Amino acid sequence: MSVDSEKSEQYWDLIIRSRVSWWDIDLKGLTKFKELIFLFVRRDFVAIYKQTILGPLWMFLQPMLTVMLFALVFGRIANIPTGGLPPLLFYLPAYVLWAYFSECINRISLTFVSNRGMFGKVYFPRLVIPISVFFSNLFKFFIQLILFLLVYVYYLFNGVKLNSGVELFFTPLLILCIGVLGFSGGLMVTSLTVRFRDINLLLSFIIQLLMYGSSIIFSYNSMGPSIQAILKWNPFVWLIEGFRFAFLGVGVWSWSGILYAWMVAIFLLFFSILLFSRVEKKFIDTI
Amino acid sequence: MMEINSVIKVENIWKEYRLGVDSIGSFGNLVRSLFSSSVNSENRAQENDRTLKGTSNYIWALQDVCFEVKRGEVLSILGKNGAGKSTILKIISRVVSPTRGQIKIKGSIASLLEVGTGFHPDLTGRENIFLNGSILGMSKHEIKNRFDEIVAFSGVERYIDTPVKKYSSGMYVRLAFAIAAHLEPEILIVDEVLAVGDVEFQKQCLGKMKAVSGEGRTVIFVSHNIAAVRSFCTRAVLLEKGRVAFTGSVDQAINHYISVGVDTSHNIGSQIWKAEDAPGFDEVRFREIALLSESSDEVCTTVFTSSSFRIQLIYEVLNKIQGGRLILSLRDRNGVVIFNSTNHSEDSGLKNPGVYKVECLIPGNLLNRGSYVVYLHMGIPGVKVLVQGQPFLRFDVISDGSHGSLYPENWGGIIAPKLNWVTKV
Repeated sequence: MSVDSEKSEQYWDLIIRSRVSWWDIDLKGLTKFKELIFLFVRRDFVAIYKQTILGPLWMFLQPMLTVMLFALVFGRIANIPTGGLPPLLFYLPAYVLWAYFSECINRISLTFVSNRGMFGKVYFPRLVIPISVFFSNLFKFFIQLILFLLVYVYYLFNGVKLNSGVELFFTPLLILCIGVLGFSGGLMVTSLTVRFRDINLLLSFIIQLLMYGSSIIFSYNSMGPSIQAILKWNPFVWLIEGFRFAFLGVGVWSWSGILYAWMVAIFLLFFSILLFSRVEKKFIDTI
Repeated sequence: MMEINSVIKVENIWKEYRLGVDSIGSFGNLVRSLFSSSVNSENRAQENDRTLKGTSNYIWALQDVCFEVKRGEVLSILGKNGAGKSTILKIISRVVSPTRGQIKIKGSIASLLEVGTGFHPDLTGRENIFLNGSILGMSKHEIKNRFDEIVAFSGVERYIDTPVKKYSSGMYVRLAFAIAAHLEPEILIVDEVLAVGDVEFQKQCLGKMKAVSGEGRTVIFVSHNIAAVRSFCTRAVLLEKGRVAFTGSVDQAINHYISVGVDTSHNIGSQIWKAEDAPGFDEVRFREIALLSESSDEVCTTVFTSSSFRIQLIYEVLNKIQGGRLILSLRDRNGVVIFNSTNHSEDSGLKNPGVYKVECLIPGNLLNRGSYVVYLHMGIPGVKVLVQGQPFLRFDVISDGSHGSLYPENWGGIIAPKLNWVTKV
C-alpha cells in the first residue's frame, strides 16, 4: 500500500471530527455491538433481583398488587365501570402493557445520568444502552403477559364469557408501538436532562397524568362524547383499548387509531434519535 | 523498502472547555446550542493556564494539536498536569469530541482509560469478564477463547463464580486488568491506569505493556513515569498548555519535559551575590554558588538519579587564611543529613586574598528520588566560622529507572546507590 493512499478517506477506518452532518448515527457500529446489547439485557435480569427474597417472582407480584389496588380504589370505591368484566381481568392487560411503556421511558430517561462514569471512559455507540433497556423490558413484558394469561385461563374455566377475536394476531403491532413510544420518550428526556435536570423530576408526574388519560382504569366507551373528543388524540388510548379488545372483547379496536399511534411513534422515534445523537457527543463536557 | 504507514493522524485538533457553573440561560440559548452545528468560538476561549485568572469562561484545552503515529510505534504523550494529555486521549478514544479538527484512524483501536469499566458488583467474575470484555470491544468468541488465560492471569480462579462485590479491591483490579491485558487491538491507548494499584500490580501492568510493545503493535501511552516511558516508548509528543511543544525522540522529549514540565518554582539552581551583601565575614565571602550538570556549565534544578552533577562555589578571600575547610552538607527537605563532605585534607593550606573556584562532583546512581537542599559552610576548625552554613541551593532528583528497577515503585532508602551485582551458578 502506498503512502499516497493515506490521502484518500477510504484508507482510514475511522475519522473522528466535530459533528458534521445532522444525521450522524453510527448504525454500522451499532450492529457490531449486538452481543453487548444482549449482555446488558442479561445483566439487568441477573442484577435486579439479587438480594431480594422473592427474586424474579416480583415480576408477577408487582402488577398483581397494583391491579388489586386499582380494583379496590377505582372499582370498589370510585365505582368506575369495567365493561361487565371482573376488575382484575379488566385492569391487568392494560396495566401490563402500560408498565412496558413506563418502565422503558423511566429507565431510558436515566441513560446519561446513570452511565456517566462508563461513558466517560470507553466508547461504544451510546444507543446500545437504551436499546438494551427496550429489550429487557420487552422480555419482562412477556413474562408478565404469561401472568395475565394465567389469570385469563382461570376466569375462562370459571365461566366468564370472553370474546377474543382475530385481532389477537395483530397485538404485536400494539406492543411494538408502545415500546417505540417509551423508547423515544426516554431518549428525548435523557437528552434534555443533560441540560435541564428539571425534566426528570417532572417525568413521573407526566407519566402518571398520561396513565390516567389512557383508559387503563376506565374504558373509552364509558366516557361522554366531550371527553372522548379529547381522549382520541392520545395515542395510548388506541393501543390500550385495542389490546384489551383483542383479549377480552371489551373496548375499541380502531385501525385508524392504531395507524395514528404508529405515526406519532415513528415521528418521535426519528426526532428523539436525532436529539440523542446531537447530545451524546457533547454530554460528557456538560453533565 | 516499503514506507511504514501511519495508523493515526491527528490533524489540527482544538478542544474548548467551559469553566465554572453551567447556566442554562434562556430557552432560546438552549435550543440554539442543541441545534447549532458548530460552536462559534473563535475568540472567546483563552489559553489554558491554571495559574492565571482568565477573563473568559472558556478555555482551550487543546490548540491546534497535530501528530502522527506510524504502525508499530510506541508513542508517549508527555506533559505536566493540565497540559491536555488526557483530553487528547479521550478524543482519540471517542469519549469526547473535538471542537475543531479531525483524527483519522486505521485499524482496530481499544483504549484503556480505566480498568474495570462497567463492572457490576452483583455479577460474578465470570459474568463481568464477558460484560467488560464486550464493552472494550471484544467479541464473545474472542472472550471465550481467552477466558482461561484471563482467569489464570488474574489469579482469582477460586472466586470466578462469586459476585465481584465480595472481592478484595486487589482482586477486583487484578481481574479488571487481566481482561484489559488480553485485548488484542491493532492500536492500544493506555492512560495512567498504571498509577493505581499496588506495586505488584504496577509491575504486572508494565510487564504487559512491554510485552505488547514488543509484539509490534501500535501503542499510545500517557504516563508520568519517566522510567517506564524511557524503557519502552519509541517516540514522544510533549504537550504544553494544550499545544504540541515537541515531537521526536523520547530522550529529547524527556529533557525538554524536565526543563519545562516539572514544577521547579521552589528550586534554586544558582545564587550570585554582590560584594557588599555576599555571605561571610572579614576573611571570606561567597560570591557564586551553582548546581551544574556534569559536562556543561548549564545550571540545573532537576537531575536524574543516573546523572552526575557538580556543585560549584566561587568565593573570595579578603584576608589571608590558614587551615580553613569547606563543608558541603546535603540534606533532604526535612533537614535529615544525607551526607557531609569536606575538602579539608586536600585544601587546607595558606590562602592569599583572591578569587577561588571549587567544585564537588556528586556521582550519579547515588541519590534516591526526592528533593534536596545544599548547605555550604566554611570555617577553621576550633578557631572560627568563616561563612555560616545556610541552605543555598534546592533541587530535585527524579528517577529515570537507573537503580536497577524498571518499575515506578517507591524505592526505599535514604540513598539509592547502584551497586555491583554478580550472579554465579
